[in-house]
Amino acid sequence: MTATREPALRLQGIVKTFPGVRALDGVDFEVMPGEVHALLGENGAGKSTLMKVLAGMYQPDEGQIIIAGQPVRMTTPIEAKAQGVVLIHQELSLVPEMSAAENIYLGELPRKAFGRVDWKILEERSNAILKRLKCNFRAEVTVAHLSIANQQMVEIARALTVDARVVVFDEPTASLTDAEKVVLFDIINDLKSQGVGIVYISHRMDEIFTLSDRITVLRDGAYRGTLTTADTNEDEVTRLMIGRSLDLSRNEAASKFGDTMLEVRNLTCTGLFEDVSFTVRAGEIVGFYGLVGAGRTEIAETLFGLRTPTAGEIRVDGQKVEITSPRDAIAMGVSLVPENRKEQGLVLQMNCRDNMTLPQVQDLTAGPFVAKGAELAIFDQYREKLAIKTPSWRQPTAVLSGGNQQKIVIGKWLSMKPRVLVVDEPTRGIDVGSKSEIHQLLRELAAQGYAVIVISSEMPEVLRVSDRIVAMYHGRVMREFDISEVTEDSLVQAISGIKSAEPA
Amino acid sequence: MANFTQIPLLRWLMRNPIWGFVLIVFIFFSLAADNFFSERNLMNIVVQTSTIGLIALGMTLVMINGNIDLSVGATLALAAAFAVDVQSWAAFATWGNWQILPAVCIALLVGILMGAINGFIVWKTGVDAFIVTLGAMLGIRGLVFVYTGEQSFYAMNFAYSDFSFMTIGPFPVLAVIFAVAVIAVHLLLSRTVHGRNTYAVGGNREAAVNAGIRVGPHMMINFMLIGFLAALSGVLLSTQMGAATPNLGRDYELWVITAVVLGGTKLTGGKGDIIGTLGGVLAIGILRNGMNLMQVPAFYVLVILGSILIAVLFLDKRFNRSADGGLRL
Repeated sequence: MTATREPALRLQGIVKTFPGVRALDGVDFEVMPGEVHALLGENGAGKSTLMKVLAGMYQPDEGQIIIAGQPVRMTTPIEAKAQGVVLIHQELSLVPEMSAAENIYLGELPRKAFGRVDWKILEERSNAILKRLKCNFRAEVTVAHLSIANQQMVEIARALTVDARVVVFDEPTASLTDAEKVVLFDIINDLKSQGVGIVYISHRMDEIFTLSDRITVLRDGAYRGTLTTADTNEDEVTRLMIGRSLDLSRNEAASKFGDTMLEVRNLTCTGLFEDVSFTVRAGEIVGFYGLVGAGRTEIAETLFGLRTPTAGEIRVDGQKVEITSPRDAIAMGVSLVPENRKEQGLVLQMNCRDNMTLPQVQDLTAGPFVAKGAELAIFDQYREKLAIKTPSWRQPTAVLSGGNQQKIVIGKWLSMKPRVLVVDEPTRGIDVGSKSEIHQLLRELAAQGYAVIVISSEMPEVLRVSDRIVAMYHGRVMREFDISEVTEDSLVQAISGIKSAEPA
Repeated sequence: MANFTQIPLLRWLMRNPIWGFVLIVFIFFSLAADNFFSERNLMNIVVQTSTIGLIALGMTLVMINGNIDLSVGATLALAAAFAVDVQSWAAFATWGNWQILPAVCIALLVGILMGAINGFIVWKTGVDAFIVTLGAMLGIRGLVFVYTGEQSFYAMNFAYSDFSFMTIGPFPVLAVIFAVAVIAVHLLLSRTVHGRNTYAVGGNREAAVNAGIRVGPHMMINFMLIGFLAALSGVLLSTQMGAATPNLGRDYELWVITAVVLGGTKLTGGKGDIIGTLGGVLAIGILRNGMNLMQVPAFYVLVILGSILIAVLFLDKRFNRSADGGLRL
């Protein structure tokens, strides 16, 4: 780093608060021209928020954005782009029915008289950019026909229509094969040699150490330091990421469990997860920890009959079972509290009582009609048990808070008396107070003898509720930890794909 | 405002704005149009309304379920053609008035069959119900023309056309049939497991599947019910006319959907009820009848109804949007 050069971009003391959360707390970050600067942090550490501030999608409450020495204010992504700051999204935001060229220049198509699109110039320019990216397809091709990797190239090409000063890559390799990664890294190095500043966000340590010049770590919305990649190692970065100040109160390991309720052997769903084996006993909570895309949700969906495994077997209460639909799963006593309760768990317009009894309403009848008294009895029982706060059973679930919605979904399955309860991201989008309430509830359920699987991307959560933790990386079980032996370092390393020296 | 919402009737009207509208037009025409407020005319409205009303009951089920059925007008015409034609089949020549029975049964079965085909295709192919029933609308109407040879069928048995003038006590038999159907479908929707699951599937199909509900059979049952009701409507209409014409029931799907949407059922599914649909059907019936009595030309009636449809939905969006927790786009 030469002191004479101006950073391409500098963020100073950025503060951003949302109701109830201080998402960014005085974050400093800079990227030099021709530098790859990696941004690291756990889920919820504030990386995405910081990048949205950078891309003009959020306004910081405090702090400054300085581009090439000048403080700037950016209120829309278009303004940010005009300043030469481009964000390449984790989720592709292309119009699949349009050609690559149209996507690259979306919103700023070159025009002729009477507002007609100048197709010739459009295609010339687009093909020039694709050539620069060494792409082997033409700009005229429809995006829907391209592979995911090539679609990502279109997304990158879009960033290069302006003279980019800074390009932000947010988890760019999440959907790429190893070969495609090599191409991407070439492009990044290419941009770098042209003097573009690169911000690289990723969870994958190996990539970060291959690519980056410097690493900045965020934790809980706060800046934790910047390291020069050449002078550091994975351990140091990991330690910075986890920190020591975090409240990592742990579940006290329970000593006695019941029989094995769920046994999964060599379960495989090609392309999603492979050779997964684990057991869950009655009265035990097994936490599944890993990065987004590690295959945890897919395992839950397979257990619940939403996916068909390509190999392996599932045993519930000692019996080998074939689960091909949620109906089967429910009949076998396997329940799923899904990741997105609004999309997958609740009928939002429907009232609380009816949502709660949805899977068993066909058994609650008196003559031809639904026995509403019996339904209400079930609702009242679980409203009390789970402390669901709603003025009346008549409330549509849409108006409840996230925590109470989640309790309705949990109550729905508890009222079915399941053998195995799978809870995917139990506290996503739920405020802090209700969070610990839900954690408490999960522990109580285990104490009552339920076999529980908790899938979570938050380390404090897995540590707080689990008796055992299964760490996953890239569709595989990396290690299984007993709660008494797990360390934060080893957990982070396991889910980052780092093989540990100590035996599992 | 707080005082208003304490009054149960007003609170009820806030949730069912269409009934407020029904009340207003009812009072308006009672004052403005001679002959409107008479027992005879009011019964007339119910009879006139019953044709669209019966189909609207089925459409409410189908729409709450998250689907739509555009083929009802054509199904009505096909069923009416069968009902009138089968009576004159040689096989039943010696049956006397009993020849009406197999004719009506066959007509109703044809309706159920058409619905079953729609439902089965939607279930098994996953093609959007709008597209499937649009195709069915064209196809079934084509069948009607093939079957009738573009001619009208006339009922030779006068007992058939006398049926529509019969009364049960003081009530016209058509009004009684409609009333029974309203109660039956209301109970089906609000009290049975099938009704509950119809809401669940339309409200959030994924959540319904995750609750172990078999989505397809529920959709198919609802399509069969609307097919039955459309056929019943066709039979009753042909008794009123003593005939079945190949163009019978043209545009009915649009009237029916208008009535159902006016009654508060959402095109996206999951929301609505029979009480609202009844209000929507009556609103259209009263407007048409009242404006007819005031000798407003029929074209203006269409303009006014179209405007009212948009206005009512706009007001509904303004007042009831936030309560749904929906996004304002």
